[in-house]
Amino acid sequence: MSLLSPRRELGEFKKRYKWMALFVVIVFGILGTRLTWLQVGQHARWERVARENITKTFWLRATRGNIRDTLGRIVATNRPSFDVYVTPQLLREPADIAVFEELMGLDGAARLDFERRLSAIPPRRRSHQVEMFSDVTRDQMAALETHALELRGVDVIAKPVRFYPYGSLAAHAIGYLNEVNAEDIQRLPGQDYRAGDVIGRSGLEGSIESILRGHRGYRRLLVDARGHARENAARIASVRPESREPVPGRDVVVALDMELMRSAQRAFRGHPSGAVVVVDVRSGRIRALFSKPSYDLNAITSGMSRDVYRAMVDDPFRPLIDKTIFETYYPGSTFKPITSLAALGDGLVDPNVTIECLGRYEFGPQRLRCTQVHGHVDMRMATIQSCNVYFWHIAQTVGLERLNRYARDFGLGERTGIGINSESRGFLATREWYEENYGQFRMGYTLNTAIGQGNTRVTLVQLALAYAVLANGGTLYAPQLIEHIASPDGTVLEQMTPQVRRHVNIAPGPLAYNAAALEGVVNHEDGTAFAARIAGGVMVAGKTGTAQVQRSSFPRGMDPRRAWYFAQSHAWFAGYAPAQNPEVAIVVLVEHGGAGGRNAAPIAMRILEDYLGGHRDEATTPERE
Amino acid sequence: MALVRTMRDQFDWSLFVALATIATIGIVNLYSATSANPALSEMYIQQMYWLALGTCVAALVTAVDYRHYERYAWVLYAVSVFLLVVVFIGPSVRGVHRWIQLGSFTMQPSEFSKLGLIVALAKYLHHDPKSDGRTLRDLLIPALILAAPMLLIALEPDLGTALMHAFIFVSIMVLTNLKRRSLFTLLASFAIMLPLTWRFLLKGFQQARLETYYALLFDEHPDIQGDAWHAYQSLVAIGNGGATGRGFLRSTQNQFLFLPDQYSDFPFPVWAEEQGLLGGLLVIGLYLFVVLWGLRIASQAKDRFGAVVAVGVSALIFWHSVINIGMVTALVPVVGMPLPLFSYGGSSVLTILIGIGLLMNVSMRRFTF
Repeated sequence: MSLLSPRRELGEFKKRYKWMALFVVIVFGILGTRLTWLQVGQHARWERVARENITKTFWLRATRGNIRDTLGRIVATNRPSFDVYVTPQLLREPADIAVFEELMGLDGAARLDFERRLSAIPPRRRSHQVEMFSDVTRDQMAALETHALELRGVDVIAKPVRFYPYGSLAAHAIGYLNEVNAEDIQRLPGQDYRAGDVIGRSGLEGSIESILRGHRGYRRLLVDARGHARENAARIASVRPESREPVPGRDVVVALDMELMRSAQRAFRGHPSGAVVVVDVRSGRIRALFSKPSYDLNAITSGMSRDVYRAMVDDPFRPLIDKTIFETYYPGSTFKPITSLAALGDGLVDPNVTIECLGRYEFGPQRLRCTQVHGHVDMRMATIQSCNVYFWHIAQTVGLERLNRYARDFGLGERTGIGINSESRGFLATREWYEENYGQFRMGYTLNTAIGQGNTRVTLVQLALAYAVLANGGTLYAPQLIEHIASPDGTVLEQMTPQVRRHVNIAPGPLAYNAAALEGVVNHEDGTAFAARIAGGVMVAGKTGTAQVQRSSFPRGMDPRRAWYFAQSHAWFAGYAPAQNPEVAIVVLVEHGGAGGRNAAPIAMRILEDYLGGHRDEATTPERE
Repeated sequence: MALVRTMRDQFDWSLFVALATIATIGIVNLYSATSANPALSEMYIQQMYWLALGTCVAALVTAVDYRHYERYAWVLYAVSVFLLVVVFIGPSVRGVHRWIQLGSFTMQPSEFSKLGLIVALAKYLHHDPKSDGRTLRDLLIPALILAAPMLLIALEPDLGTALMHAFIFVSIMVLTNLKRRSLFTLLASFAIMLPLTWRFLLKGFQQARLETYYALLFDEHPDIQGDAWHAYQSLVAIGNGGATGRGFLRSTQNQFLFLPDQYSDFPFPVWAEEQGLLGGLLVIGLYLFVVLWGLRIASQAKDRFGAVVAVGVSALIFWHSVINIGMVTALVPVVGMPLPLFSYGGSSVLTILIGIGLLMNVSMRRFTF
């Protein structure tokens, strides 16, 4: 013990131990508190993260339902798109890459682009399949499949894409799809949209999205941090691997008749811009919604370049606008039957009393011009010849309020409820509206309204349903686009029945009188549409219209020849056929087509002749355009 | 016979039982932590060998009166520093000079140098009693004693272990009575140094570490990349354990390989996920007991050398356990820091057990003179 040093003074340390112990207790206290907070306070959060860590869900897409026309022709369906996926880790050798590029038939620029994209894939993704080409051609696919064994790391995976056999025909009515964006996902909570899903954007695809879409399925696997499935470790996890099969969307059969649509397309040759609506007067079923110019649904669905889209936006014929439902027009003389019925319905005017048309009408200080000198005309002859003087005359008796009331009764100025493409309401100008916008009300406005040139605006669908009322004796139908909903195997799940909106309050007498006048428009030798009649064929009743356009709506600095075109009146024909036993009502509008009798009526006749003329060819198959 | 009885009576059973419990839990936990990886499945057996060897060494260390170590303290210190120099002679592993290859074993001298530092400081303070307070000048030699191993380790580079030396040093120096003016000067210079260190000394990735650490602590959905990923997965494991745990071998975070280094730096989350808050608090409580017991031994030591050694070993256990558990609970940034007797590693186990041997030695010798 003598070797050991003597005891030394310990006082210097004595007072420190307590403080040290206190510090130690506090620090461990913090650890304990933190542990308690994590394991008890935040347990639910971390348990969820732990569960999400080890589960990987593979979503199984639902097949979107088909859309068929009334005769069962496929209008919208799905086809496989073959996409090429590359696993960069497995496709590394320059020789392999060269073989792949050869099989894909890539040229120099495409090769460089592919190699640049391949090398840009971050390391953590290099062991995954990365989509490099979508929708490859059959030749490319065949080449890749033949060499599948030599090329590791290249996979062709099929994905369904929407296919429209009729291309641009009825594009506005059918509508198109594209991928959901972040805004959609936020806008549609609880509807299970995820990045990469498609959604109907317009037309039927948009409005019956929920019927067509179906429900996705999933396969849930347990996966470790390196991405390997670990089914054998399932016993320790609180989640189980499970799966649910996707539920395919339902098929929808619509009232449209694609052959009729094709007739409309043929009849419209030579006219750049316009629209046709055909509706079944006995049910309100919409048989045709034709808007020209159109666009190819397949092109727009597979992603359209910015330039092509820009060109469509700038196109003066406005291909993006649905001219049957969204755009509104002055009805022109097609409004005259409503003026007649307003006069007859309340017994204000005796239709047999004649008015003399001298080709002009003196009204206060104004001198209004008629289309020609019609001489003495009664209501029937005034309708047949579209004499403005007659209608100006009776308009003063009928008055604006009554005109509007009848127009509204026929469904003008209110939405028909067709349910697609942001339907317009149209417009009926009231006395109050004129006072507010034109300072004061004048009788002149009533006169203009009576011949469809006031501020009244209608859509083609509204006008077609109104003419259906004239044809069927007073029933205003809701437009019906969907006939029935079927399961993928064809079983009818839900049959849609025609919906009557109301019975227009008008006596059979005036309706019959008016019907006779409309028959005369086409079949009387003085009728404005007589030249277009189907000689020996279907008998058509209707009314022509030539609606002046507002010059103020042209863009300034327009090329004079173009300006001349855009100053032309719109040509109308609205009617129904067969005249004695009406089946369908039709409205044709040729934008800037000039006179209705010369330019719109022949189109309507051609369509009706195709549709009702006895040689309807139901077996024709759609051809791609 | 009398000696055996004395040994039995004087043996510090409380310390022994607490440490034996920690070591047993550590082995059991290591078995579970390595069960997901067949390549590591023998590791817990290896650890048992290390524990056995360490216990024998500790027994030898305990058997010899610690005042002999006081005599040879400088030698021990010199050897420990010399080994740190030797590290730089050998080849580097992944750009780091941290290990010495001895046959099939690798040895990490920076672990042992912690003990060298403790013994050297104890020796110095033993012979330098100053009841009337120390000035900064009196701290110069202790600071130099620290500087030699710390700088060598910082050069390896191994910032965490270097900082551990500083922590032990500070813990020991807190025992001494510093003059108030000197204390203020010291604190003031620290306050100035801290931002400068941040600006000039810490490397980019070390700064990034600290920044992601704060994101992890305060963000609801941290951007989990790189380092933060480890800490985040550790939080997930601990939180997933809940109050009572998911059961032995049922840590999904471990079994599905989300925990990195589950045998070295992250064994505690495996334990906490499997045994829950109860198990976690048990382990924390055991470390707390050992540290407080160590301080008690220090306070009862009969001389300054014994007191400083006891405080030093307590500090060693305290800082290791606090920083490791703080790291896995994201209270401190991720630094490589083994959990005493829990983490796999021969050097760490031997260092801790030799330290424990010294502590036991001081505890038993309080009766002898």
